[in-house]
Amino acid sequence: MPDGDLLDERRSQVHRTGEGPLDMACNRESLAGAVSQRACVFCGSRVVLYPIADALHLVHGPIGCAVYTWDIRGALSSGPELHRLSFSTDLQEKDVIFGGEPKLTAALDELIDRHNPKAAFVYSTCIVGIIGDDLEAVCRKMTATKGIPVIPVMSEGFKGNKREGYVAACKAMFRLVGTASGNEAAPLEKEAVRAAVRPMTLNILGDFNLAGEIWIIREYFERMGLTVIANITGDGRVDDIRRCHTAALNVVQCSGATMDLAKMMKEEYGTPFLRVSYLGIEDMADSLYDVAEFFSKDDPDIMRRTQELVRGELAKLMPELARYRRDLQGKRVAMYVGGSFKAFSLVKAFRHLGMQVVLVGSQTGTKEDYEELAAITDPGTVIVDDSNPLELSKFIKEKDVDLFVGGVKERPIAYKLGVGFCDHNHERKEALEGFVGMLNFAREVHASAMSPVWRFVPRREKRPAHTAQAATAATGQEKKEDAA
Amino acid sequence: MSRVPYTSTTNACKLCTPLGAALVFKGIEGGVPFLHGSQGCATYMRRYIISHFREPMDIASSALGEKHAVYGGGPNLKKGLLNVMKKYSPALIGVASTCLTETIGDDVQMILHEFRKEFGDLELPEIVHCSTPSYMGTHMEGWHRAVRAIVDQMVTDKAPPAHSVNILPSLVSPADIRHLRELCATFGIAPVILPDISDTLDGTAKEDYEPIPEGGTPLAAIRGMSGARATIQFGRTLADRDSAGESLRRRFGVPCHTVGMPIGIRESDAFFAALEEAAGVPMPREVGLERGRLVDAMVDAHKYVFGKRVVVYGEEDLVVGLTAFLAEIGMKPVLVATGARNMGLEKHIADVCAGVAGELPEIHEGVDFHDIAERSATLAPDLMVGHSKGYRYAREWNVPLIRVGFPIHDRFGGQRMLHIGYRGALALLDHIVNAILEKKQEDSPVGYVYL
Repeated sequence: MPDGDLLDERRSQVHRTGEGPLDMACNRESLAGAVSQRACVFCGSRVVLYPIADALHLVHGPIGCAVYTWDIRGALSSGPELHRLSFSTDLQEKDVIFGGEPKLTAALDELIDRHNPKAAFVYSTCIVGIIGDDLEAVCRKMTATKGIPVIPVMSEGFKGNKREGYVAACKAMFRLVGTASGNEAAPLEKEAVRAAVRPMTLNILGDFNLAGEIWIIREYFERMGLTVIANITGDGRVDDIRRCHTAALNVVQCSGATMDLAKMMKEEYGTPFLRVSYLGIEDMADSLYDVAEFFSKDDPDIMRRTQELVRGELAKLMPELARYRRDLQGKRVAMYVGGSFKAFSLVKAFRHLGMQVVLVGSQTGTKEDYEELAAITDPGTVIVDDSNPLELSKFIKEKDVDLFVGGVKERPIAYKLGVGFCDHNHERKEALEGFVGMLNFAREVHASAMSPVWRFVPRREKRPAHTAQAATAATGQEKKEDAA
Repeated sequence: MSRVPYTSTTNACKLCTPLGAALVFKGIEGGVPFLHGSQGCATYMRRYIISHFREPMDIASSALGEKHAVYGGGPNLKKGLLNVMKKYSPALIGVASTCLTETIGDDVQMILHEFRKEFGDLELPEIVHCSTPSYMGTHMEGWHRAVRAIVDQMVTDKAPPAHSVNILPSLVSPADIRHLRELCATFGIAPVILPDISDTLDGTAKEDYEPIPEGGTPLAAIRGMSGARATIQFGRTLADRDSAGESLRRRFGVPCHTVGMPIGIRESDAFFAALEEAAGVPMPREVGLERGRLVDAMVDAHKYVFGKRVVVYGEEDLVVGLTAFLAEIGMKPVLVATGARNMGLEKHIADVCAGVAGELPEIHEGVDFHDIAERSATLAPDLMVGHSKGYRYAREWNVPLIRVGFPIHDRFGGQRMLHIGYRGALALLDHIVNAILEKKQEDSPVGYVYL
């Protein structure tokens, strides 16, 4: 039994592609004592709403929840940067006993006056759920007093996992949607709103503008002749979200984060949505083609423009990728990501680099996600839900992995095992989306997997010499690049 | 002065209580920190700590969900302990509570009592618990509570007298702890450093991923603390509290020296005096030479630093130590701030500034960076000294930030920074002087070659 050293209760969350039918347990509570890599409901809400740059984000609770989420994401803004500040009611013992509502009111009063935000989101934390502060009532009063939407986000940490947090965030945002019409004079009745939908417009959902990625994607859409109404939520603005119901289409990236908002908008306003991904070559191209096809009834020429765009970008990208592929061919990759949708794209992206994915896991995948992963990965690939450091290190060794893709918490696991690591999480500083992002990604993968430092790591010191040769070749190539 | 009435917090200058406890438990040999609460707390703290130390930081959680919040977290705590035992084979599990479990009223002591009864047939690890609701105090409060809990729950018998000294170093860097051990060796004395994160949070490259990294204070050494010649604990604010050192003194008669964080000349002098007394030997020549080198460098540097206006922020005892040193080299601390409350900072700062600083700095407790920035606007600082969280302000004011303390996550090597003792002060002095010189060079229209 290869997975004999897993905790019994964890076995149903590990699958190997090709070995029997997939019957993955997922979306369940993390196992106590298993050192899950997951955070909580609050985390889910916070990451989705965080990049709305002109809103006030107030964490109602003791200080920890606010400080650990202070400016930790690389979500860039082209304008205001209110999202980068960390606001908290900093509850103390007596508030826990007597209730935190007075502090919440005082904090909102003070902060809204100080920063003049376009809206305020108030995040509920574990303790607020326990002491039973009425966020709804406080927010309603503040909305009336301050004249801006003050919206509670019901994100008590213990009420599920990150996925519930996504839903809470979408519910909070949905309260904004439709509160401003594209045409300010138009009434807000549903039918009128539907009639007001503007052709050749879309909303970008589920992109967080890490390292400016949404700017790359917006530019593609603009080159195709489309107008983006709202970025949800990267480089997001409250007013854009308020009128995003006037867009003809929602394009949704990120499997979990904003799909619920797209569904709510479909139901309420009839806005259709497309699932897209901006990572890797095929998925990026397919996403643009899907969008072009959607709009081709309004503009028959859009497909031609899109093909030109893709062809032009690929012509620049492919020769460069080929150079990296020479070195990376045959290397093995493991990945552990937050949402599983990203993993689909990455599996394909690594094929372009000649690399094989041998382990793929996620914190919040659904059964359908894991089925799809099983369908696109090679036999023997380990698929794992809600994993932990000991499991990940076990699989990395077993699969003799050369590169690990994950977030900050996964980094030391890889490094201690002498394995290259790429941050494909919210702290990344390199844009990895779009065609240019694929090149950045390839460059980073190359720099990670080919560094000579692995020669000196105890576990890999005894590896055959081909690693060392490859590293020398790589250094030579870098020099050529520098010269050019 | 403390802030009243209530204002909201913007960019806090503190972290939450259980984080400090988790760091302490990570410094025990075979220790696994365990947070009794919902999953997010453990994961957030892991992320935060990893970004500073760049080392694995496994913190287990009882991963409470909604039904546990209603019916109590006991079953999950027990299940979690068993799972940690299975996968980590720990020598110690340090259980720290969170705001959630404190508020739902979980009686951790009783749950652990039941656990020991139910699973007495298993080989149980040492299980230490401490109460760390995050709405009471800061991460330093959590730190001191965890140290105290270890001492109270594990040091229960009088050990035979040993030629050892207990050092309770508070939150200093792994490099500082390695330096402490070296210093004790030059005094010919075996230290028990509690906790000891020098290896567990600054490890070497190894053959394998270690579930529990090597290093940490050995359990046997902890049990033997009652037989030590003395305890030396760092932190002037501890003198006013019922500390771990005080507990050892009261219960086992181990003399307790509470000294300031040994940063700079005089605070280090006090530490070495305590060490001399405990070891019964005079200061070794090597240490004296380091003091001499420090004084020599201070003389060399004095013109570059004199009168420079500094804002100092961070943990209560760290800022006292830093202020002591900055005043000694002729800098002018204009604002000293901490997120902690009721620490008696005014008195401690006045004490360490006596004789070296003309005018006392403004002192603020219980503040956040919004307050610090508001106050500093009129103080026109030349320099900031504190952890990475001050970066956005230093950038705004175009002044150098000397990164000291926790967290340092926008620079490399925070865990290897030395601050304590004469050698640490010298390292700090080099940093400060070079930051000032670099700024001067950058701002200069001609670009000096010699300075």
